[in-house]
Amino acid sequence: MTGPLATGRAGGAGAPPAGAAPLPARAGRGPAGDGRELTGAVHSWDLSIGVDGPGTRFVAFLAGCPLRCRFCHSPDTWYRRSGRHQTVDELMAQVERYRRFISVAGGGVTISGGEPLMQPRFTGEVLRRCHALGLHTALDTSGFLGTRADDALLDATDLVLLDVKSRDPATYRRVTRTGEIAPTLRFGRRLAARGTPIWIRFVLVPGLTDAPDNVAGVADFAAELPSLQRVEVLPFHRLGAHKYAELGLTFPLADTEPPTPELLDRVRGQFAARGLTVN
Amino acid sequence: MTRHLTDRKDTTMTGTEHIRDPWRGFAEGAWRTTIDVADFVRRNHEPYTGDAGFLAGPTERTLAVWGRLTDMFGEERRRGVYDVDAATPSTITAHAPGYIDADRELIVGLQTDAPLRRAIMPAGGLRMVETALRAYGYEPDPAVHRIYTRYRRTHNDAVFDAYPSDVLAARRSHIITGLPDAYGRGRIIGDYRRVALYGVDRLVAERRALKAALDDRPSTDDVIREREELAEQIRALGELTQMAAAYGYDVSGPATTGREAIQWLYFAYLAATKEQNGAAMSLGRTANFVDAYLRRDLAEGRLDEAGAQELVDDFVIKLRIVRFLRTPEYDQLFSGDPTWVTESLGGIGADGRPLVTRTSFRYLQTLYNLGPAPEPNLTVLWSPRLPEGFKRFCAQVSLDTSAIQYENDELIRPAYDDDTAIACCVSAMRVGKDMQFFGARANLAKALLYAINGGRDELTGDQVAPPAPPVGGETLDYDEVLAAYDRTLDWLAETYVDALNVIHHMHDRYAYERLEMALHDHPVHRFMATGVAGLSVAVDSLAAIRYGRVKVLRDATGLAVDYAVEGEPPTYGNDDDRADEIAVWLVETFAEKLRRQRTYRDAELTMSVLTITSNVVYGKHTGTTPDGRRAGEPFAPGANPMNGRDTHGLVASALSVAKLPYGAARDGISLTGTVTPDGLGHTRDERIANLAGVLDGYADAGGFHLNVNVLDRATLLDAMAHPERYPQLTVRVSGYAVNFVRLTPEQQRDVVSRTFHGSL
Repeated sequence: MTGPLATGRAGGAGAPPAGAAPLPARAGRGPAGDGRELTGAVHSWDLSIGVDGPGTRFVAFLAGCPLRCRFCHSPDTWYRRSGRHQTVDELMAQVERYRRFISVAGGGVTISGGEPLMQPRFTGEVLRRCHALGLHTALDTSGFLGTRADDALLDATDLVLLDVKSRDPATYRRVTRTGEIAPTLRFGRRLAARGTPIWIRFVLVPGLTDAPDNVAGVADFAAELPSLQRVEVLPFHRLGAHKYAELGLTFPLADTEPPTPELLDRVRGQFAARGLTVN
Repeated sequence: MTRHLTDRKDTTMTGTEHIRDPWRGFAEGAWRTTIDVADFVRRNHEPYTGDAGFLAGPTERTLAVWGRLTDMFGEERRRGVYDVDAATPSTITAHAPGYIDADRELIVGLQTDAPLRRAIMPAGGLRMVETALRAYGYEPDPAVHRIYTRYRRTHNDAVFDAYPSDVLAARRSHIITGLPDAYGRGRIIGDYRRVALYGVDRLVAERRALKAALDDRPSTDDVIREREELAEQIRALGELTQMAAAYGYDVSGPATTGREAIQWLYFAYLAATKEQNGAAMSLGRTANFVDAYLRRDLAEGRLDEAGAQELVDDFVIKLRIVRFLRTPEYDQLFSGDPTWVTESLGGIGADGRPLVTRTSFRYLQTLYNLGPAPEPNLTVLWSPRLPEGFKRFCAQVSLDTSAIQYENDELIRPAYDDDTAIACCVSAMRVGKDMQFFGARANLAKALLYAINGGRDELTGDQVAPPAPPVGGETLDYDEVLAAYDRTLDWLAETYVDALNVIHHMHDRYAYERLEMALHDHPVHRFMATGVAGLSVAVDSLAAIRYGRVKVLRDATGLAVDYAVEGEPPTYGNDDDRADEIAVWLVETFAEKLRRQRTYRDAELTMSVLTITSNVVYGKHTGTTPDGRRAGEPFAPGANPMNGRDTHGLVASALSVAKLPYGAARDGISLTGTVTPDGLGHTRDERIANLAGVLDGYADAGGFHLNVNVLDRATLLDAMAHPERYPQLTVRVSGYAVNFVRLTPEQQRDVVSRTFHGSL
């Protein structure tokens, strides 16, 4: 992979990650502008290592999602009201706390959810401010609301983690219950056209997303995106099941087993066969 | 036996090698004229900045020697001990030479006459010895019993003669626990390298001169004691020469080759382990010293890489089988059978060059060549300035074995120097210049309950601390609790240091570390190393009282026995300053109270935030606390946040711990982190880079210590069910590593329940 962190943290202490030159501030959108008034619904935050983009990352999980994926491990982020209202400045103050750690350890900031594009202005402003600090930025999205990401938002995004739930339209609807595949395909192609690096993430659920044709479809789509850097096949797990119980919801996949190593190998093989970097 | 000795003489001590100048090729320096190994290492070390590609695997010989032992480990695990010599109190020369496989061993020497055969050391305490013997099915020897009850007093007897009553009460109620009053105190690192560099005769001559210099001083208590100690040190050095001679080696002069250097060094360490059953018998910082000799051998064509690695492997095999006879209760306190043969690797020199050599890599490579193991306790002194190749190899070893720990060289070097080693888990000392009086720990969580209960024990109702009005009211008031806590901590600091003064006075008299102290400068700098347990419980309790509402439930006698917490108070371990500032306050406040106490031999008082694994036992003896922890539940280990309460990932948790001021806890601040492989990244390469990055970030943030486990919960559960499949599964606990299958079921459950930071 060619991300700024794959080869270690050559920059050393204090040096900003490569490829993250600050953007010129836009009129009317400086820190004194939207930062104090613009608020977002933030569900929670985390410092994760190696799983939400490259390196150690501050991850803000925004509240609210238009999809209801059967395998979702965070149903607690489905609704806007489950988040706490925070201004951009408040969230940036938190990011600032970890700026040095992230710079030394290598990593960045990921805006995840929920679906961050439910709150495009807030997401865009946070990404822009992080980018201006020289931090590597990633957007974790299903792409279903891709049209809400304007070019300014994408200019401030170093990497898109594009969750492709399935390729077969019927399977996509069955998986997400409320979504359609077409917007994701359009968003992916738009990213590729503007050269935004993409990691495709595909959750492998036995009996739901594992049909060879469905996987092949995702792989074909991935292969047509020149700015794609890798595909992550994420094995389904049930670690979020307790959250459904706490919310009084039924976990639709309570009886589904995680994929076997053989199935994972097969699916990863389908991606690799198209010359894609997969893990 | 005679045959081996003759053979050995012929093959390893050839006349030509002995005639050659032992210091040939070494850079000049003050080390030639004064005993100064640190100077030798600084002048003769050649940094290695490459990767691990040069390393060699194990030889057939190495595997054969190790194989003999692994066959015995199963039996040892089943019975608790493999064998004991119950009749011979151990001294440096008490046991005849012993071998694992005399024809194959490159480095020789065992604690007794056979591998895994444990010795008895009654000078520390006879009761401990006899209890342990009976527990493992051995009859105590009547002659030994007679000697150590009728003719010879032990450290243990003497301490209990001199303990004041309030110390006895505090000890009984477990507000102070783990005191080294029935066994060897340990945590003293002899500079074993001196024997290899100078030979014993030169060291004896130095000690004689030091003793002679005391002749002109008036015979005050201090001077008399020093003269006696120096005389004992000289005697111990003589015994070291005798012991080595029994193995066919003459250590009166310096080592002339790499093999001899390791052998001499090991003999010195071995002699210490024959003389002392110290809680921690740490090795020091030997790799770069050994590297100077191995490099010379490689240049002279005496060795190739496989040969160099083989010597290190054979040395490490010996370090892995250091054994002491201890009671099952002791092993329960410390989880398994630890010896803390701690070796410090890496770090940065005062001149800015990395203290990383090929031999630093070779020591780590033993975890592959011999498989993972808890001992020796390999400790990497980490700095963001270390060479990338070494960082990556360390991170890789952590991923593959979970067997190493990290301490922050950027904190240690400025506080000590660049020839500093870790004793036990986190205790830094300049090798050969500093020693410490090990002091176990005081229970800060229980102290808080005493404050609330007016000095009465929450479990027994006994008045242990001085009577004071209990904190009243239905809901606890923060200021009132804090004022009472402050008074309780005053009492605790005084009582605790009082106990330590008694212990170390008696240890010096009845179980003095003659050989280890012979390998220190004179006069030596002494630390009084206190410690605290239950930090996160006390902090979360105080945070709950301050930021939530804590209602008290009292029993009929007015004793607070349960608490109900309302609200969502912050908890330590989430980089939340509200809780973390309380932790900083508590560490600084208690350290300050301790520093006000007068110490035995004017030792410099330091403090650690380290429980080892006694967090389980401390928890067992502590009632329900206002943070919601139930009576008897384990504390978090060391400075760790409470299990499950650090919800923002390993990094946020580590950053909370990194706020604790090293200046107030110079004996070390311990953090154990467990992460699943998936929680570090998707590919092996990324996991290595990410772990190295996190270590850089943590060191940069001022974190002192990090134990890293890279494990799945499922692996641990499987190992609990099928221990026979995981003989070498190594888990880092508080500051050291244990063999997981040797833990008690209770400790295994504690490890499994610790916060796993993974991806979800």
